[in-house]
Amino acid sequence: MSTEFESETEQSKTVLQIEEATVRFCGDSGDGMQLAGTQLTNTSALAGNDVATFPDFPAEIRAPRGTLAGVSGFQVHFASTDIFTPGETVDALVAMNPAALKTNVADLKAGGVLIANADAFDKKSLDQAGYAENPLEDDSLASYQMFKVPMTDLTRRAVDGLDLSQKEADRCRNFFAMGLAFWMYGRSLDPTLRFIEAKFKKLPAIAEANRRALTAGRNYGETTDAFVSSYKVDKAKLPAGKYRNMTGNQALAWGLMTAAKLSKKDLFLGSYPITPASDILHELSRYKNFGVRTFQAEDEIAAVCSAIGAAYSGHMALTTSSGPGIALKGEAMGLAVMLELPLLVVDVQRGGPSTGLPTKTEQSDLLQVMFGRNGECPMPVIAARSPADCFEVAIEAWRVAARFMTPVMILSDGYLANGSEPWRIVNFDDLEPISIKHPEGPVEGKPFMAYERDEMLARPWAIPGTPGLMHRVGGLEKQDGTGNVSYDPKNHQHMTDTRAQKVRNVAKLIGDQEVMGEPSGDLLVLSWGGPYGSCRTAVTKLQAEGHKVSHAHLRWLNPFPANLGEILGSFKKVLIPELNMGQLSLLIRNQYMVDAVSLNKVQGKPFHVTEIIEKAKTLLP
Amino acid sequence: MASVELPVLKPGDYGSDQDVRWCPGCGDYSILAQMKKVMATLGWPREKTVFVSGIGCSSRFPYYMNTYGMHSIHGRAPAFATGIKSCRPDLNVFVITGDGDALSIGGNHFMHAVRRNVNLNIVLFNNRIYGLTKGQYSPTSELGKVTKSTPMGSIDNPMSPLSLAIGCEATFVARSIDVHIKHLADTLKRAAEHPGVSFVEVYQNCNVFNDGAYKYATDKAVKADNVIEIEHGKPLIFGKNRDKGIRLNGMHPEVVELGKGITEDDLLFHDEQATQPTLAYLLSRMRYPEFPEPIGVLRCVDAPRYDDLLNEQVAQARAEKGEGDLDKLFNSGDTWTVE
Repeated sequence: MSTEFESETEQSKTVLQIEEATVRFCGDSGDGMQLAGTQLTNTSALAGNDVATFPDFPAEIRAPRGTLAGVSGFQVHFASTDIFTPGETVDALVAMNPAALKTNVADLKAGGVLIANADAFDKKSLDQAGYAENPLEDDSLASYQMFKVPMTDLTRRAVDGLDLSQKEADRCRNFFAMGLAFWMYGRSLDPTLRFIEAKFKKLPAIAEANRRALTAGRNYGETTDAFVSSYKVDKAKLPAGKYRNMTGNQALAWGLMTAAKLSKKDLFLGSYPITPASDILHELSRYKNFGVRTFQAEDEIAAVCSAIGAAYSGHMALTTSSGPGIALKGEAMGLAVMLELPLLVVDVQRGGPSTGLPTKTEQSDLLQVMFGRNGECPMPVIAARSPADCFEVAIEAWRVAARFMTPVMILSDGYLANGSEPWRIVNFDDLEPISIKHPEGPVEGKPFMAYERDEMLARPWAIPGTPGLMHRVGGLEKQDGTGNVSYDPKNHQHMTDTRAQKVRNVAKLIGDQEVMGEPSGDLLVLSWGGPYGSCRTAVTKLQAEGHKVSHAHLRWLNPFPANLGEILGSFKKVLIPELNMGQLSLLIRNQYMVDAVSLNKVQGKPFHVTEIIEKAKTLLP
Repeated sequence: MASVELPVLKPGDYGSDQDVRWCPGCGDYSILAQMKKVMATLGWPREKTVFVSGIGCSSRFPYYMNTYGMHSIHGRAPAFATGIKSCRPDLNVFVITGDGDALSIGGNHFMHAVRRNVNLNIVLFNNRIYGLTKGQYSPTSELGKVTKSTPMGSIDNPMSPLSLAIGCEATFVARSIDVHIKHLADTLKRAAEHPGVSFVEVYQNCNVFNDGAYKYATDKAVKADNVIEIEHGKPLIFGKNRDKGIRLNGMHPEVVELGKGITEDDLLFHDEQATQPTLAYLLSRMRYPEFPEPIGVLRCVDAPRYDDLLNEQVAQARAEKGEGDLDKLFNSGDTWTVE
């Protein structure tokens, strides 16, 4: 049935060559906008474009239909060049109803393509969105190329005769919208047809309806006179290799599994569901044949505690959460610091405080993960910069945790977790193994010293079941060397200093900070985490304009790379853009006495490149 | 061929080199002594045993055992122990906890470890008071209890740890008393040998903050009338002269005197293996002074264990899909090549 559409058909209309495009689907949550966006992303990636995405959805599973609060959107940026962000303004907006139009149209470029499902612009829906008049019928959208498409009616007609309820028929509208977008950008239907085949294997009628709706959308673009041209985006000149598309959460899960294998360990995850971290739990749960044990605990505290138990027992142990969950895990993380056990704690940040904006992104847990524990309780902190980077970050974090016998904090955020980009597939054998040695028994009859330290100040990881190494760990202060409980004042000072020095020693392993651009100049843009792409793009543009601007992006937040102070001192000014109210700035100003300037935003959305350029220009001579 | 028998260990071999720092006269000493004695009879290698505890006087216990051990944070020991046991089914994992630790701050973890039937041995030292924080009332303190934090008497209804455990469908539930050393040792041994979660409540005296809380159950003059030692398949008989028993009157237990037309056959017979936890729950509700309080094993049944099931799933996945191949995974699904 589907084969007749499998090859790309010849386009009979004008095809305009473009370098990049940003497309956003928006509609009710439940309209399948995330699916539409994901399909366009994968298809574009398979066509060889570089892609970056930004899913944006409400915290409610199904907000009342047609309301402004219930609008769900998915933005895809694809290009023939190397790109770092999901795009700023939108070239093409597909709006499934008035509420979606109202909340998204401001991001559409002047002259951009607006495709509206005209059938959804009835009196009730217009009222719900707060439109007094139908915007499709007055002149309010005159600055856009508007296409009024009766998608509901066309979809119903496409699936006619399949014995579907009207509700089922209407649920295929997103495939119609996809088909139309695929036509507009010259995309093959094949990957989505394959997806339909696999996803709806047990529902042949639904599969057929979606196939028909998808092809009807494509055919509509091709045949109707309304559309006079489509667009073509060439393959991107990415480094040679084999690629696949990955979201941050998937890349993190796979990176963790890879780290486990590199260190010849089985992975244990103790976790409690929380947005936007849950997908890591879901992903890892699928790979039991990789020796992955997942434990959905009764709460966040049990999640981290079970992971610490797993670490003590000799496993590669992990807990995943988001800000509110990390707050609950604080006490147990302090114990892990005292026990000096390797443990990974993943914080996929979201808007706070408290429950905050569960589905929106923010970078405001940095100070929490640096300081949110009782006592002097330092932990190494590493942050991913893009969805695919989560893979490497996971491996590096475990390398440090195992080498230094310390819990390590991994920071991601909602934007990285749900966003996706091409990942260049690695060969497992090309990766550097992670060597872990457990003491095998007592040395020459000497009593085992559980807190004896090596040159990096790491203690031995002796595991239960090993004869002769029986020892007890716990949260009471330990005497250095023996690990016995100690209230000795000098020992407490010594152990506090030692734990701090151990974390500082991580700098010896992580290498120097790199700078994109000249090593000195008028302005250094210093960033961490998700804003990498916006900062990188902004700095590249400023450099192209001839400004003496460079970019340094931090992967390790604790400790900072050894040469960071020197870099900061080589620029007249330092700008730190952050999706928080100035948390890295506070750390940098404190540690390096640098008068860094902050660019802060907490709106649940990533930076626009233009926001960074504008701010940077105020600091340039 | 040389003998491969394990060296025979004595109770003393289970003591660590650390000074025991409980208050003189504390009931914990007795439990520690019985535990060491039981360990020596189980024939398990010391290095295969892990004691995990939370916070409180009882939770210093792991430091005093020459095994592996973890003194963790308040109330969370069952969660740590679940992580250990899930990864290492070969280890014998004990959870040592107190009434505050297990039932207040750790109520959630206790409940879930029990209902999952993780193969742990949970021993709850119940002294009905907060000892380490110096004398506040606990979840098991009686109504009206006057403490530092309840100068006009506690208004919290006390909970029954046994009822809670049975409510969570614990597969092994027992009670013993710190000074009843033979009974305690026998109970701990049975608990240790039970496959699945075992829960033992030990009545334990705090001679500093709650001295004599269980005098009714330990005082030679009265204990026979206030405690009933239950045994599987035996009628519920108690009293100094073994002349009293427990009879069911409809759904309710009642104390009856033997003789005068009532024989052993009229009494309630204990069945620790009953599939339904109803009888065990009924016994757990018998409280002094209305009833003699049961000691011994209330429930002992077999059920699937969380740690076994988890590891069976891993083995099953490996058998069905083969050992995970990362390169295969990386290259699965939709990929494309850039020249």
